[in-house]
Parts: sequence; C-alpha cells; structure tokens
Amino acid sequence: MSSTKLEVEYVAELARIKLTPEEVNIFRSQLEIVLRHVDRLNQVDVSNVEPMAHSFPIYNVFRKDEPRPGLDKESALANAPCQAQGLFIVTKVVE
Amino acid sequence: MEITALTAHELLNLLRSRQISPEEVVRALSRRIEEVDPLIHAYLSHDLDRALADASSADVSLPLGGLPISIKDLISVKGHPCGCASKILESYIAPYDATVISRLRAAGAIPFGRLNMDEFAMGSSTENSAFGPSKNPWDITRTPGGSSGGSAAAVAADEAFAALGSDTGGSIRQPAALCGCVGLKPTYGRVSRYGLVAFASSLDQIGPLTKDVEDAALVMDIIAGLDANDSTSLSEPVPGISANLRKGVKGLKIGLPKEYFIEGLDPEVEKAVRTAVEHLEGLGADLLEISLPHTEYALSTYYIIAPAEASANLARFDGVRYGYRASESDGLIDHYGRTREEGFGAEVKRRIILGTYVLSSGYYDAYYLRAQKVRTLIRKDFADAFQKVDVIACPTSPTPAFRLGERTNDPLSMYLADIFTLAANMAGICGISIPCGFAEQGGKPLPVGLQILGKELGESTILQTSYAYEQSTEWHKTKPTIGV
Repeated sequence: MSSTKLEVEYVAELARIKLTPEEVNIFRSQLEIVLRHVDRLNQVDVSNVEPMAHSFPIYNVFRKDEPRPGLDKESALANAPCQAQGLFIVTKVVE
Repeated sequence: MEITALTAHELLNLLRSRQISPEEVVRALSRRIEEVDPLIHAYLSHDLDRALADASSADVSLPLGGLPISIKDLISVKGHPCGCASKILESYIAPYDATVISRLRAAGAIPFGRLNMDEFAMGSSTENSAFGPSKNPWDITRTPGGSSGGSAAAVAADEAFAALGSDTGGSIRQPAALCGCVGLKPTYGRVSRYGLVAFASSLDQIGPLTKDVEDAALVMDIIAGLDANDSTSLSEPVPGISANLRKGVKGLKIGLPKEYFIEGLDPEVEKAVRTAVEHLEGLGADLLEISLPHTEYALSTYYIIAPAEASANLARFDGVRYGYRASESDGLIDHYGRTREEGFGAEVKRRIILGTYVLSSGYYDAYYLRAQKVRTLIRKDFADAFQKVDVIACPTSPTPAFRLGERTNDPLSMYLADIFTLAANMAGICGISIPCGFAEQGGKPLPVGLQILGKELGESTILQTSYAYEQSTEWHKTKPTIGV
C-alpha cells in the first residue's frame, strides 16, 4: 500500500457519481492527504492476525422458515419519485 | 421551574402524579422550540399536532408515559420524514417504526421532531447537514459537534427532555461533550439497528443523549435488547441497566490510557479531565495507568473501514424507488450519476469515493483487509486493559467546541475531532460522555466531557461510575445562557 495515485474519475464511475471537474481535483488532493495518513497502517505487524468484522462474534442467526407478510404495496410505492398502476416508473434500461 | 428545564425523570414524576398533563408538556416544549430554535437550529422539523395527538392518548402509568423523546433524522418513525439531513431523502416519509421507536412507544414515550445532524451521520459538527448547521447553545458562533449535533444542542438548550442519536465513530459522545450533556454509546449489538439508516454497519449504534445519567439509564432500559429484525443484536438479557446506578465507585479500578493524554490535547480539557478522575479517586476508586498501544492507528483504521461500509450502504440511494431523482436523464448510468451527484453533499461523496477505492480490486487487501486486522489488535488492547481495570477514563474530545467554519476546508482536521472516541466503535465496547467542567475560550465557558469506557455489556458499570461522579458535582445543573 504505497501512495498510489487515487484515480478519482475511475472510482467515481464505479460509485455511480457524476462528479464535476472541480470536485475531481478537490477530492483528489483532499483524499490524498487522508490516504497518506492511513498509510501508517503499514507499520503494524499483522502477520497471524485475523481480520475482525464483528466486535462480538455471533453466527448463524436464523428465523423459522415460515412465510410472513412484508411491506404492503401502497407503503412501498408511497415514496416513489414516479409511479403508475402500482408500479415504479424508471429510466429506460432496455433498448 | 420552567417545565422544559426539568430532566426526564423529574418530568415523569410530575406526569405520574398528574400535576401536569402530556398535552401541557408538548405545548411547553413547542413554545421553548419556537423561542430558541431560530438561534440554535437543533430541529429540522417538528409536528405539534401529531405530538398532541400522541400526548392525548399517552398512558402515564407506563415507564416513559407522556415523555416526548426527540429523534435524530436518521431513525425511522412511521409517518415522519426520515431525511438524514440530506437532499437525496428530502421528501422521504418513513413507512415503519424503527425497533427503538416501537419500544419507546410501548413504554408510553412520544417520538418528537427530527433533529439536525451531519448528512448521513458523516461529520463532527453538523456543518455537513444539507439544511445548515446547528449552533452550540453555549456559544452560537461554535459548533455543537456531530454528527448528533442537533440532539446534543436540543438537550443542552432545554429544547428536548431527552434525545436519540447514533454513534459510529463518536457521534453521540463528542457532541454530548461539546454541549455539556450526557451521551451514551452502547456495546455494539446492545440496541437494535433496525430502522436506523445505515452508515457503517459494523460500527453504528443508537443511543441516548440526556440531561443527566439517570435519564440515560432510563432510556437504555427501554431501547436495549435482542431484536429478531437485527441479526447483529445481542441475545444477552438486559438486567435493568439502571439497577446498579447508585452502587458508587469504592474499589472500582479506573484505567487512564497514557496514549490519550498527549500533544494536541487542549490544556484546559486535560486539566478538567484530570481533576475529574482525581475526584473519582476521592470517592473511593483506584486509578491505574494503562496502555492502549494501537491508539495511534484508530483514526486510520476507521477512515478505511467506515467509508468502505458506507460506500456499500449508500449504494441504495439511486433515485429509483424513493428519494431525489435527477430530471431528464440520458440512460441509466446518467440517471444514477446525476441523481447521486446532485443529491449527496460533498463529505458524503468524498467518503463514498474513498470507500469505493479501498474496496476496489487491487486495493482491498492493502487497505480494507489490513484495517480489519489492525481492528482486531485495537479490540485486543481493550480486552487486555479490562483484565486489569473495570473502566477506562479519558477525555471525550481533544478540544472544546470549535468555531463554525474553522475546519470545513480541511477534512483531516475535522476527522481528528474523533480521535478519542473512534476506538470504542472499532472494538465494539460501550462508552459514555458526561460533563466534567468548562474551558474558558473566547470569553465564554465551553463544556468539557469526561469519557468513561466500559467492556462489552458494561453499560451498568459505566453508568454507575458516571452517576457517582455526577451526583457529587454540579456540572449537570449548569445551563447555558442562550443567544449571548
């Protein structure tokens, strides 16, 4: 992990955010400062250390495999930017 | 005494003995908000009619019957807006109650209003709110901290009897310290996250901000516990968290981590905190110096893990089923790209970019995986320390409240506000901030917070320690003069 150049445009594309050219420049310099700071993690000896994703390990939390009602259709559509006939109206994705 | 100046437990006594009605309480609260919120801007909105309707059917025989509890804008309350202080959710109305809200309602409480915050909980000052910052009631040219800045400001200004906030890297404790109120982050998993808009799923917890320790314990007793809707919630029973409140601190071992008393710590903050721990020693506790060797890596670990998790959690804000949608987009990618560009604020975009980068192919091992390993070491530091001590005491924030605009151009300087609070989220342990004095800056007294950290499920112990300290001091009774 060296201070590789953060390709802000490429990452923004992955994150589906259409940044302005000004934002690309500002974020690049701001985030490079942050990345230089986090580079210090290279100093830590992590050989034989397990990664921790959960602070208090819990496993296999299941519920009974029984059907139960979900959110009703009206509630689900209530916040839709655009809806008709009980459906979400969205940007065309199929040519 | 003015109703709104009361603590929650004092108010509940009046409600139970019918000296006051729930409707009168709601009206008094609403008047107070009208009086001071134009200056403080703790609230994004509040619905008086709805609160009065809830008040008229409130059952004062219930543990929190008739108590209005003000809610940070990222916790779902059915029929209320849930905007996370973001333009991308400006019109969103929650279709369900968060588990904490269901539990509060079942205990008779009235969820009240939407409290300002940093957008999507990303920030330490509320300056990242899409709707303007909140002000610190002790000095309105300064921030109340963040991201639960509205919650802390409302409690400190008597605009709320109690509030809910959320804490991912310090977002309850730091604003509590800067505003002079009590703020508690539970053990990870102690309080259900169902209905909390997710920022970093392995770090987030909902918790109370209150005027005193007893109020925090009362709220915790209601909101904590296993929830079938949150598979990360802990199955440990909740043994009346407030039961041990009055046990005192005789023989309690308090660890002082040497890595937290360093350069960059404001001298007045250090003085107030050291005086406070000596005071605890006078009450019968034993002080021991301890070491948390990986403290210097907490910030770096957090600013890899939290943005990474955020980049995944915020992918859902895509303008398809809810929220803001960019107009007249040219195909799907443009729809996503412009919706998220126009809907998110700068800090949110910055963290999504950072998070996406550290998870991307070629960088995942070097950043995210390594950070998760250092996280294990941070957790082990605390586990080792709690073999020797019962609780850990340290400052909550390295400085008192900073001025609005002071850190907005330098993200890293803003991130440093949380250096003493981050590690507790990384390790999953519990922590509380309580007022322990004042720093005189700019001619005004600014609150200083003492942080007490406890091991997993150690809420009773940190509350017991805090209560003993609080009850032998007067800090919790000191109120700001607003608008000065």
